[in-house]
Amino acid sequence: MSVLRPLDKLPGLNTATILLVGTDDVLLQQLAGSMLKEDCASELKVHLAKSLPLPSNVNRPRIDLIVFVVNLHSQHSLRNVEESLHHVDASFFLGKVSFLATGAGQESHCSVHRNTVVKLAHTYRSPLLFCDLEVEGFRTTMAQRLVRMLQICAGHVPGVSALNLLSLLRSTENPSLEDL
Amino acid sequence: MRHSAWTSPFPGGKSESTELPQSLNRSQTDKRDFVAEISCTPAIFSAKEREAGARRVSLLSLSPRGLLCRGSQEMDETVAEFFRRTILKIPITEMMTVLKAWDFLSENHLQTVNFRQRKESLVQDLVLLCEEKRASLNDAALLDIIYTQFHRHQKVWDVFQMSRRPGEDIDLFDMEQFKSSFKKILQRALKNVTVSFRDTEENAVWIRIAWGTQYRKPNQYKPVYVVYYSQTPYAFVASSLLKSNLPLLGQALTVASKHHQIVKMDLRSRYLDSLKAIVFKQYNQNFETHNSTTPLQERSLGLDINMDSRIIHENRVEKERIQRVTQEIFGDYPQPRLEFAQYKLETKFKSDLNRGILAEREEPLRCLVKFSSPHLLEALKSLAPAGIADAPLSPLLTCIPNKGMNYFKIRDK
Repeated sequence: MSVLRPLDKLPGLNTATILLVGTDDVLLQQLAGSMLKEDCASELKVHLAKSLPLPSNVNRPRIDLIVFVVNLHSQHSLRNVEESLHHVDASFFLGKVSFLATGAGQESHCSVHRNTVVKLAHTYRSPLLFCDLEVEGFRTTMAQRLVRMLQICAGHVPGVSALNLLSLLRSTENPSLEDL
Repeated sequence: MRHSAWTSPFPGGKSESTELPQSLNRSQTDKRDFVAEISCTPAIFSAKEREAGARRVSLLSLSPRGLLCRGSQEMDETVAEFFRRTILKIPITEMMTVLKAWDFLSENHLQTVNFRQRKESLVQDLVLLCEEKRASLNDAALLDIIYTQFHRHQKVWDVFQMSRRPGEDIDLFDMEQFKSSFKKILQRALKNVTVSFRDTEENAVWIRIAWGTQYRKPNQYKPVYVVYYSQTPYAFVASSLLKSNLPLLGQALTVASKHHQIVKMDLRSRYLDSLKAIVFKQYNQNFETHNSTTPLQERSLGLDINMDSRIIHENRVEKERIQRVTQEIFGDYPQPRLEFAQYKLETKFKSDLNRGILAEREEPLRCLVKFSSPHLLEALKSLAPAGIADAPLSPLLTCIPNKGMNYFKIRDK
């Protein structure tokens, strides 16, 4: 099955799985490490992929949250994410997908404009997070946020669902972009 | 030779019968003696020469050692200054090592110098010591060679390859004959040139050449260094600016080493050892390391052995493929160190899009692409595993050590 669907598998007991998609393997691994260091009542699993579609012969748990990591220094990573998005079912975008842009701190190295990623996130109606994954402090904070988001998306937080979270996270700035 | 006594060489035009000192030609005497080039007959002195002579005479009396050892041989001011500047370049931490390698000042002499004082005073003491021991320009040049050997990465080295005519007999190489032949060729062409040699291991010789012109003394502060490996047709040249003498240098090298032709390779770097490794094909030696016992898979994924089992790599197969391809191309060994790869493109513009303006040009599009890095080949090696480029990399990048080039000209076939 080349398209990821959110509800095609049964959830594991007390398990929450996140899928990080991006070309920068080192950064993804570091982020995964930071996330697993967090204290969390649920069992966390982190899957790292360079791109979608995922190899189909593997037995994997249900994926609760997908984070697409775009490195603003590299056009290649943006293109990779754009192509991978085609392999995600539309129902995933109801709060179970998020975009993460890294490398904004080094302005001189950025070849992808900030607005490009903003537009991309807006097109897919998903939240966009900025974080310099190379800086340990920022990475830890982001890991905490992602763990919290993951718990909500996996349904482990009573009273809050992924869709609730999405409407909370929707940004009210830039009303001009809403017209797109 | 001592100066013979003379009365004032400027007798004011009268034709007195003065004792004419023997005209002392510098080249006839031992290099170490300080000699005043005052060969004179009173009548032919012009005002200018008188002035110059007066200056030289005053130099004699004012130089510091002159006061202490009157009339004895002493070091030329320029040589002393050259010593001072060369020793000043050496960092204090390396001072002992370099001086020991130079082997001109013995242990006893070095012990008389206080190495803990400020650098300027230390240098002054060392220069005085050299003067006392009557060090010559050649000794100073040798010290300069040793300093450069310790700091070879401060210069940019070019690689030259020599060739013989096909079928020519290769005689046994005689180092002394090479050196004397090399020196003779240069001295015949340019009267003012300082050539110094230092032998090193692997049948190599370091040559230092300070160039002058027909009318000017050699400039000791802009020398050219050549490292020639006698059992090979390769020579490495580091020149500081003066490019006009390179043809002469090439000629001298070729003739002295009994070759026929010399060609400059498109290979340039600061790291002489890396250039050597590339040119002599010594870089692909696989050394046994401690890590060779870890299984390939774990090593290839760049993971800690205590990797968290909660992290799952979805593209494991692809990653292994990339690692395998990278290893096939680059090998396991440390790459030789280069800083640049430059590609000069002279190709016609090719475009997938329909007929843009550039696509209709008949002339080749000139474009220069330069890759620079503190360690270019290691950086290229890590591109695919880091996800920045696809594996396998373009052969234009991976052929650099094999072809021994890092400056390319690309034309349409």
